[in-house]
Amino acid sequence: MFFWIIQRDLLLAVRRRSDVLTTLFFFVIVVSLFPLSVGPEMNLLRTMAPGIVWVAALLASMLSLGRLFSSDYSDGTLEQMLLSPQSLSILVLGKALAHWLVTGMPLVVMAPVLGIQYDLPADALFVLVVSLLLGTPVLSLIGAIGAALTLGLRGGGVLVSLLVLPLYIPVLIFGAGAVEANMAGISYDAHLSLLGAFLLVSLVLAPWAIAASLRVSLE
Amino acid sequence: MAINWYKYASPASFYTLAGKMVPFFTILAIGLLTIGLYIGFFVAPTDFQQGEAYRIIFIHVPAAWMSMFLYVVMACWAGIGLAFNTRLSSMMATAIAPTGAMFTFLALWTGSLWGKPMWGTWWVWDARLTSELILLFLYIGFMSLQAAIDDPRRADKAGAIIALVGVINIPIIYFSVQWWNTLHQGASVSVNQAPTMASVMLTGMMVMVLASWMYSIAVILKRVRIIILERESHTAWVAELRKKGAL
Amino acid sequence: MLQGINLACVRGDRRLFKAVNFTLEAGGLMQVHGPNGSGKTSLLRMLCGLSNPALGEITWRGFSIRDLKNEYFSNLTYIGHLSGTKDDLTVLENLRISSALAGERISETQARDALAYMGLNGREFLPAKVLSQGQRRRVALARLLVCKTKLWILDEPLAALDITAVKLIQELLERHLAEKGLVVMTTHQAIDVAAISAVHLRLV
Repeated sequence: MFFWIIQRDLLLAVRRRSDVLTTLFFFVIVVSLFPLSVGPEMNLLRTMAPGIVWVAALLASMLSLGRLFSSDYSDGTLEQMLLSPQSLSILVLGKALAHWLVTGMPLVVMAPVLGIQYDLPADALFVLVVSLLLGTPVLSLIGAIGAALTLGLRGGGVLVSLLVLPLYIPVLIFGAGAVEANMAGISYDAHLSLLGAFLLVSLVLAPWAIAASLRVSLE
Repeated sequence: MAINWYKYASPASFYTLAGKMVPFFTILAIGLLTIGLYIGFFVAPTDFQQGEAYRIIFIHVPAAWMSMFLYVVMACWAGIGLAFNTRLSSMMATAIAPTGAMFTFLALWTGSLWGKPMWGTWWVWDARLTSELILLFLYIGFMSLQAAIDDPRRADKAGAIIALVGVINIPIIYFSVQWWNTLHQGASVSVNQAPTMASVMLTGMMVMVLASWMYSIAVILKRVRIIILERESHTAWVAELRKKGAL
Repeated sequence: MLQGINLACVRGDRRLFKAVNFTLEAGGLMQVHGPNGSGKTSLLRMLCGLSNPALGEITWRGFSIRDLKNEYFSNLTYIGHLSGTKDDLTVLENLRISSALAGERISETQARDALAYMGLNGREFLPAKVLSQGQRRRVALARLLVCKTKLWILDEPLAALDITAVKLIQELLERHLAEKGLVVMTTHQAIDVAAISAVHLRLV
């Protein structure tokens, strides 16, 4: 069932490719705005690059949260999911992972290209990709809690950012921190291990919280 | 004892009980506040390093403590409300949030006031100040979520989930901010570390902490009474109160 | 088998209904009547376990549905106001996915047969967005043909359906009831369904 729901969400994403591309372009545009606002000084940009890419990834993944449950909610599929004899936690885990494959994965793939714009060295690019690979699924999982809680509310989009962004902070700190540590020539293992730990904890706890939130929102 | 518990867990009887408790805690709060401020501003000696400016800790430290403590208390009440479906505990959580946010804001404000003479800037990205700022965001998230939901029962439960997620995250956030701060050796001066504290200062601070407690209890009980009235406005006992002219 | 004991529903400050009691045995049909806003949909959602009654309890085979959870869900098919069809999927995909979600994997032939029965012949590969309201309803109701659940809870199943489709549903319900199934439904249209026992619940 878990793979089934992923398959379904991917099929839907393929039918609506534009949604995937909007998130990706948003990411690219935000990252490209920074040199225009702080000036093209390469040394400055290089030190800012990890932070910029990570903040942009945060915003991009948050903006796409609205789509996670809203269409299932408005056409009644979500009700059927709640009534499914399958475990709801597994179902929502599948949905969160599908969401990551559709919105997080493209960011990970795109990040090195943007890193080159900022003149990041090759090994820093590698660390950037690994940190995004570990960190963006956490964003999807935590974000799904916020998306589930704000289902069907007025101004849900802005509200979800208020709820979710403070919770994203640890991921941001260690994600960007790993790249900075690498560029400063210190070990970044601890950063990546912690990101991995966050991923494991959120894989265990978030589905439960998402399922509870959905039940509350649909009551 | 158990019977009493159930009796006061109903909003109607708690309304009366809280009504009796509010004046008591208000008087205590005012009394302690007067004593605490008196010790803080007139009895405690001038600090030889920081001069008079240090006196703001008599407000800053209690505010910072209360802000974190109240979030945990709020999450506990919200969690109880979610697990046992008790309306009163959810109302308590809702009533705590504004007071907690107020203390967080106060801690930030006084922290920044203290920062000006100490560091020469209004704001330093110090680990504690930053954590406090994030805590303020968490309070704001909780309150805006509850405000956006019309159905009070759904608001209670949704708020409870976000408060619990927040309370799990607070240690992680605090730890990561601390890590981030040591890595970026920005400001290494910690706000709450007064080098050696004279016992008078300590007494003053403790009195202020107690005063904040009493204030919080009084205000929260007062707010819970209002929330109870709002939610129970269609019930017989509120109509009874209205008839008696007690409202 | 399905029993509601002293149910009450509160929406905001308003009490929609209270003291609703009923018992439905195997092969029984319960029709819920009442004007708009009387809480019919709320009652059905309660019976599904989507929301909790303010007071009272719902039991299935003597056990509270709150304790049964997934075991109860595997006995239940709910078709609500929203048809649950995805605009971007084809009719066939919609049926197969919604059945799988309900725990019933069906083959393509099974799905085609069910759609043919519902009069959707030749439309299997159209995306659901080009369908009319009535056709969407038929896709949703086709799930009743493939899911072998005991209890059907249907919210306005006849809305937007034409006379031939109403006839189909009527036959379908009668067959289900004859096989000792249970049906709870709301409808504004008059429908004659032969059942061993028929309960009429009126909400005011």
